Amino acid sequence: MVALLEVEDLKAFYGQTQALHGVTFSLQPGGITTLLGANGAGKTTTLRAICNMVRTVGAIRFDGRPIEGLATEEIVRCGVGHVPEGRGTFTNMSVDENLRVAAYTRSDKAGVERDREMVYEYFPILKARLAQQAGTLSGGEQQMLAISRALMLGPRLMLLDEPSFGLAPLIVQEIFRIMRRINGEAKVGMLLVEQNAALALELADHAYVLETGRIVMSGKASDVKSNEAIRKSYLGY
Amino acid sequence: MEQLLQQVASGLANGAIYACLALALVMIFVSTDHINFAQGELSMFSAYLVWQLIQWGLNFWLALAIVAFVSFLIGVMVERVILRPLHSAPVLSIVVVFIGLLAIFHSLAGAIWGHTIKDFPSPFPNIAFAGSGYIGPHQIGMILVTIALLVALFSFFRFTPLGLAMRAAAQNPASARLAGIRVDWMLALGWGLAAAIGAVAGSLVAPVVYLEPNMMASILLYGFAGALVGGIASPGGAVVGGFIVGVLENLIAYLGNLLEKTTGVYIIGNGEKLTVALIIVITVLTLKPSGLFGHVTVKRV
Ligand SMILES: Nc1ncnc2c1ncn2[C@@H]1O[C@H](COP(=O)(O)OP(=O)(O)OP(=O)(O)O)[C@@H](O)[C@H]1O
Ligand SMILES: [Mg+2]
Repeated sequence: MVALLEVEDLKAFYGQTQALHGVTFSLQPGGITTLLGANGAGKTTTLRAICNMVRTVGAIRFDGRPIEGLATEEIVRCGVGHVPEGRGTFTNMSVDENLRVAAYTRSDKAGVERDREMVYEYFPILKARLAQQAGTLSGGEQQMLAISRALMLGPRLMLLDEPSFGLAPLIVQEIFRIMRRINGEAKVGMLLVEQNAALALELADHAYVLETGRIVMSGKASDVKSNEAIRKSYLGY
Repeated sequence: MEQLLQQVASGLANGAIYACLALALVMIFVSTDHINFAQGELSMFSAYLVWQLIQWGLNFWLALAIVAFVSFLIGVMVERVILRPLHSAPVLSIVVVFIGLLAIFHSLAGAIWGHTIKDFPSPFPNIAFAGSGYIGPHQIGMILVTIALLVALFSFFRFTPLGLAMRAAAQNPASARLAGIRVDWMLALGWGLAAAIGAVAGSLVAPVVYLEPNMMASILLYGFAGALVGGIASPGGAVVGGFIVGVLENLIAYLGNLLEKTTGVYIIGNGEKLTVALIIVITVLTLKPSGLFGHVTVKRV
């Protein structure tokens, strides 16, 4: 089986500083893989590197096809939905406009309509907020909108950068529950970046741990979760 | 009283042109954060093209449609070919490029069509109607065309996917890319639209100021004034700003003349119109730096 995403010896640079020092990992179709690590480990940089939003060296294959060097928008058009750090919603636009922009690349009207209904079903609150300016949504609602925007692309892979960030535990639970449903029902593979390791390991089937731009540990999520030594030394809980 | 109304009406008509130019400036500013100093010369060049087509026997509106399209292509080309390589260049180099463009279009027009002033026919029928004592048909036409243009642009940006994508690209390029929007093309498209709007502005003002390579020099300043007063980042604001500048400059000059007539004291008159416009700009920017209709983004953190 061809991996959905394969990353090989990935290096990333911000000007002169190198943030990733040869990261290698892969993601199976339909799976949820989590990328864990402390502040500044390079999690966000890894997601940005996959979408060519930072200067990178290394091989990246999406569904067997090399995508390194493609422009961000072209990578996205291959079916990569990126929910960025900070959520990246268009704050001056209404919720409805945000969702319409998200479906900009699609020409299948019926499919877009279906995905709209799917989004409303996952996040009913968004349907009630359609006319509201996105910048005035609550943090949780904005995160829901950010996930919905990625979903409206009709992606096969979603890159999620700390969807739990800054949200109340109940909202986080709700969002993670929906993410599991999206993964199962829409058959979307997920690469989930989290600082909240316990939470991410509940959802994911595979885990990698990053430390200062290098992968220092990987394994099945269930193994990592049950191995206290690993948890203590790498994840700090 | 009649004179006052006349001044307001002609102020609105001039304002329409300022509004068009302001709209073109805003179009480029929101997508690229640049102020296109060459906008006036581009409009002038387009007006010459329209004139040329009319000389060759075309109807004004057909000529304008063709030239608007050609100008659109010129705008796209300018962005893709000249400005694209300068994306990360310092602002000063970009300003220099704009000034270079200005000089190029200016001398090109002079070289092709000469520097003598040319008559430019008004496209609007010269008929008498109620109120034609206050405002001429061409002036009404300018106002109507400007409003139509604004409505068309508003609908484009609000309702069409492409318009929405252009707004997204202007607002948050990184997020727009993550939605699969080809942001670079959106910038070029913004340039194209600005050039097309400029073509309309140039062709509407040419019958008033006559056709010559310098025709847009002072008008562009008023366009800047309109854009700054209304809010350089707000298309609707720019149009209103253009009208405000047009009316105010007339009114203030009118009041100045009145004052001179009654008291003999000369403070301000027709000669100081441009100064008035600049004073309006400075006043508005001091009181409200984002312009009268500048965006206030509501953000919740
Ligand atoms: N724009 C930037 N310019 C320079 N250095 C950067 C930039 N963004 C990130 N870095 C550096 O790259 C390294 C990795 O940062 P990154 O944002 O990927 O970490 P992270 O794992 O996502 O951390 P966090 O959990 O805090 O989001 C850090 O050392 C950071 O200082
Ligand atoms: Mg991060």
